Amino acid sequence: MLTASNITFRVGQKALITDVSVSFAPSKLHLIIGPNGAGKSTLIKVLARLLRPQNGKIEYDGVDVQHASEAALAKQRAVLSQAVEVAFPLSVREVVMMGRYPHFGGRPGPADERIVDEVMAHFDVTEFSRRNYQTLSGGERQRVNFARVLAQLWRDGLTTNTSSCRYLFLDEPLTFLDIRHQIDFMKKVRAFAGDRDVVTVGVVHDLNLAARFADQIVLLNHGRLVATGAATDVLTVDLIQATFGVKPTFVAGNGSGVHLFFD
Amino acid sequence: MTSQRGSQRVLLLALVAVTLLVLAASIRYGAIDFSIAEISRALTSVLPGRPEPTLDQRIFLELRFPRAVLCLLVGASLSVGGSLMQALFRNPIVEPGLVGTSSGAAFGSALFFVLGGVLHVGTSIWSLPFAACIGGVISTYLVFLLARSREDGRASIVMLLLTGLAVNALFMSAIGFLSYIARDPQARSITFWSLGTLSGASWKAVEIVATSTILGSIIALRYAKQLNALMIGEEEATYLGVNVNRLKWIILSVNVVIVAVATAFTGVISFVGLVVPHILRMLGGADNRFLIVGSALTGATLLTLADLMARLVVRPAELPIGIVTSAVGVPVFILLLRRRHYVF
Repeated sequence: MLTASNITFRVGQKALITDVSVSFAPSKLHLIIGPNGAGKSTLIKVLARLLRPQNGKIEYDGVDVQHASEAALAKQRAVLSQAVEVAFPLSVREVVMMGRYPHFGGRPGPADERIVDEVMAHFDVTEFSRRNYQTLSGGERQRVNFARVLAQLWRDGLTTNTSSCRYLFLDEPLTFLDIRHQIDFMKKVRAFAGDRDVVTVGVVHDLNLAARFADQIVLLNHGRLVATGAATDVLTVDLIQATFGVKPTFVAGNGSGVHLFFD
Repeated sequence: MTSQRGSQRVLLLALVAVTLLVLAASIRYGAIDFSIAEISRALTSVLPGRPEPTLDQRIFLELRFPRAVLCLLVGASLSVGGSLMQALFRNPIVEPGLVGTSSGAAFGSALFFVLGGVLHVGTSIWSLPFAACIGGVISTYLVFLLARSREDGRASIVMLLLTGLAVNALFMSAIGFLSYIARDPQARSITFWSLGTLSGASWKAVEIVATSTILGSIIALRYAKQLNALMIGEEEATYLGVNVNRLKWIILSVNVVIVAVATAFTGVISFVGLVVPHILRMLGGADNRFLIVGSALTGATLLTLADLMARLVVRPAELPIGIVTSAVGVPVFILLLRRRHYVF
């Protein structure tokens, strides 16, 4: 369980997040939406404790993360960012192995090697294993990074030793993916988010994808919480028009909810 | 991964062998050549009960041998410093000489010679390296302070290089002034500070530089994994459990100390710290665990070769070693600058 209470985050005099309180339950997929500059990425970074809010507190499993060490947090929290650039030539496998860094001291153990093999197979990046990360396309890189992030949070029968939740944050993960990989990606996120000890919070731009995949939608505007709840409660004509400034038309899809169109 | 680690291990072993070979050549050849028999006689002459060493043996023991060892250590220091800087700034073209550390350290040392002569201070053997460290800290800090952007507080590489250029010029002119007013012969030699030389080597210098090089490298190795995480960005490294600010302070401190202490005894030797990590990355990959150890060995080897060249080309005189390292380093630097896939 992730709880954010009365979060305010300012840079200088400018408040990017103002008094946001929201909680995220495990085994559900939570997606944050909102127009540009609404504070979506900032909120993700505050929730992941990259940024520390001036007011309010963030609790993981009821424990304030304000004073948690980076090393301890990294064992249970992972973040997938928009575009990860690698400064020097590195093999894809080395990048994925970084996800295991929080879990081993000097050299990776057999469990780490096994987990890396598993996640790489899961994301169809095994064939790139020895390729230089810098030579991959944007979409391929994003799959590699997703594999890395899941390697960080991976637990299996042999490595589990804790009952605390795992926290997965996704900061606009779909930016460089084509439509097929977007849907493929969201399905994999959903499958992982379904685990009973996983709390997943993401930012997406596409309202249709949000409507289709989210269990809970969080609508932000000007750094404030506008609405939160199921897609049908949040994605209404009035709320969308009020926050995004465009009027949607709802069209019934064949079997998978509604689709939004904009004029 | 496993096979790469295996080949890295083979490479490191080969480098150890090459380093020893080059060391052997370095103690043999120079203004006078020593045969292997002469070397072993000189080495055993220090044992108790032997006759007093001859003049040639004393030249070997007090000049040639410490110089060769100091050269290994300085090459290792500058190269480890270079690989640390490059890992920290995620860029292959930063090195201690370019961001002001070396010239600041040289200024600190020159000032120590001048003031030491005037004020009669500084009898401890650690005073000179300490003065060099202070100079190195000040100049490095100055470069980063001035290079920082007003908007987001980050130092872009272009700004770093340009500011480094300016700060280097500033400290070099200050050294020029000091050497003009100095009475101490070592401080008077402007070429000593600006082009570097190993001619002042002594066992005392070896002792001090060995301490900083070995301790610094061990500390750096402990943070190699965290430096690896930094390769994918500061935010990502934080998410992987790295306290990035702490890491920056530790690595910068290690770098300033090892580079400044080496500079205190040899003057500014440029481009070694730039070229060596680059060669290593081409040979065995960018993993910092490999890079730090490999840079120490390769730096030691290359600087020894440069020193041999400096001693042999105009023998029995010698060139300042910085002339040799710059002649090799500058083309590599330009090549790196012109590579497009590095982001500036």
